[in-house]
Amino acid sequence: MTAPLLSVRGVDAFYGNIQALRSVNMDVAPGEIVTLIGANGAGKTTLMMTVCGKPQARHGQIVFDGTDITKLPTHEIARMSIAHAPEGRRIFPRMTVMENLQMGALLAPEAKFAEAQEMVFSLFPVLAKRRNQRGGTLSGGEQQMLAISRALMSWPRLLLLDEPSLGLAPLIVQQIFQVIRELNAKQGLTVFLVEQNAYHALKLAHRGYVMVNGKITLSGTGRELLARDEVKAAYLEGGR
Amino acid sequence: MEYFLQQLINGITLGSIYGLIAIGYTMVYGIIGMINFAHGDIFMIGAFMALISFLLVVSLGVTSVPLALMLVLFFSMLLTAAWGWTLERVAYRPLRASFRLAPLITAIGMSIVLQNFVQLTQDARVKPLPPVITGGHILTDTGTFSVSLSNIQIVIILTTTLLMAAFSFIIAKTSLGRQQRACEQDSTMAALLGVNVDRVISLTFVMGASLAAVAGLMYLLYYGVIDFFIGFVAGIKAFTAAVLGGIGSLPGAMLGGLIIGLIEVFWAGYFSTEYKDVAAFSILAIVLIFFPSGLLGKPEIEKV
Repeated sequence: MTAPLLSVRGVDAFYGNIQALRSVNMDVAPGEIVTLIGANGAGKTTLMMTVCGKPQARHGQIVFDGTDITKLPTHEIARMSIAHAPEGRRIFPRMTVMENLQMGALLAPEAKFAEAQEMVFSLFPVLAKRRNQRGGTLSGGEQQMLAISRALMSWPRLLLLDEPSLGLAPLIVQQIFQVIRELNAKQGLTVFLVEQNAYHALKLAHRGYVMVNGKITLSGTGRELLARDEVKAAYLEGGR
Repeated sequence: MEYFLQQLINGITLGSIYGLIAIGYTMVYGIIGMINFAHGDIFMIGAFMALISFLLVVSLGVTSVPLALMLVLFFSMLLTAAWGWTLERVAYRPLRASFRLAPLITAIGMSIVLQNFVQLTQDARVKPLPPVITGGHILTDTGTFSVSLSNIQIVIILTTTLLMAAFSFIIAKTSLGRQQRACEQDSTMAALLGVNVDRVISLTFVMGASLAAVAGLMYLLYYGVIDFFIGFVAGIKAFTAAVLGGIGSLPGAMLGGLIIGLIEVFWAGYFSTEYKDVAAFSILAIVLIFFPSGLLGKPEIEKV
């Protein structure tokens, strides 16, 4: 494997006194789609937020492209070209679709705004129709598309995607996963994907990790993990 | 009718000043969910900065009134903004992570600190400023009663309208305004997109304080006297205006300021001067019974 783009080493994180991550190690190499699966409350979202410095890791190290970002404030981590489409989408509800995209493009050169806008509108044409509508009035699927688009507006080197399938109709989930596959294949975008929908995620990803109670318990290629009995039993049983 | 018109003019003038102060309350509330009770005193500081700037400008030998006013406006906004920035940096930012009441209590404390500081350094007597903008226009004259619009009233209303328009433009159309609204709606998400939330909060205090400085200058020009205590009542009125209009809403703060100014002046003009404040606050109470989130407030309260 080439030198990882994102490397998490021995990371512990806490919410107050509750330990949410226990000595987590994981890597994402450039050009990879890596997924993290696990049950509700396992700590998947916490790991993703810890990469972004909210909360900061109490022990361990997070390195992005050779730079230690463990103690950087969140907005400077964003400046490293890490974009985050977080859990719950977190669209700005009283801003229009365009304004949400402009917020996403905050760190990108202004000259590249039109190009980025064209890209996301061609990925999700429905957003072009909704461009002057307030974020809060979009459907769940449209909000998820907007969350991903907003993240893409900054031309990130690493895209963090947290549960993009949550609460969406299967058809929309397929559309979104197809877009992720395309972005990775055509633009070489590196993606770190957190999912509860383990079957889809493991089929999409090059590699995956399984998290239980804040610890990484298994790792391997997507295909390997799909074949593991414990993965099947815990995450895939009837659940595809 | 003439009497009504005169009171209307006076009410709009007073309401403009309240509106300028109210914006500072509403913006800070919007972005960090805190009532900055020291904001009234920032307005008072603004009036003193304006007075000091006047002395400075005059001692520099500026004799042209419009030029002097522009310079005073600039210096008092700059200096008061520095006060607002410092206030946030010293008193509120260290408490950002603590429980909700801590910054509120600190704000009340800072209000007292600022009052006493000015009382000690400028002493407690009222400070006069000779009329700078004089003259006016008689709009109608019935022989028994004449309606006049003074030049100072024109200056106040025009300046306020202009500033509010500029300010609404900044919030609605510029990148800074978008960042402010983003922090207001979801500050964690804003940070994830690269917004330096602390910086945006600082700038919000700076903007609120510079508008309060304009209000202070207008107050100084209009009434001609200031003292260390003017921030208290004006601050409470402006806070009332912000709540009346819907706290967190910019047009609400402007509208609320205007309404409070009008109520106060009309009550004083038609009923009694003594009860004008009672009238203003009673109407606030009545409005809030029917519109709990204020006239232009958002129906859902997200930040409590």
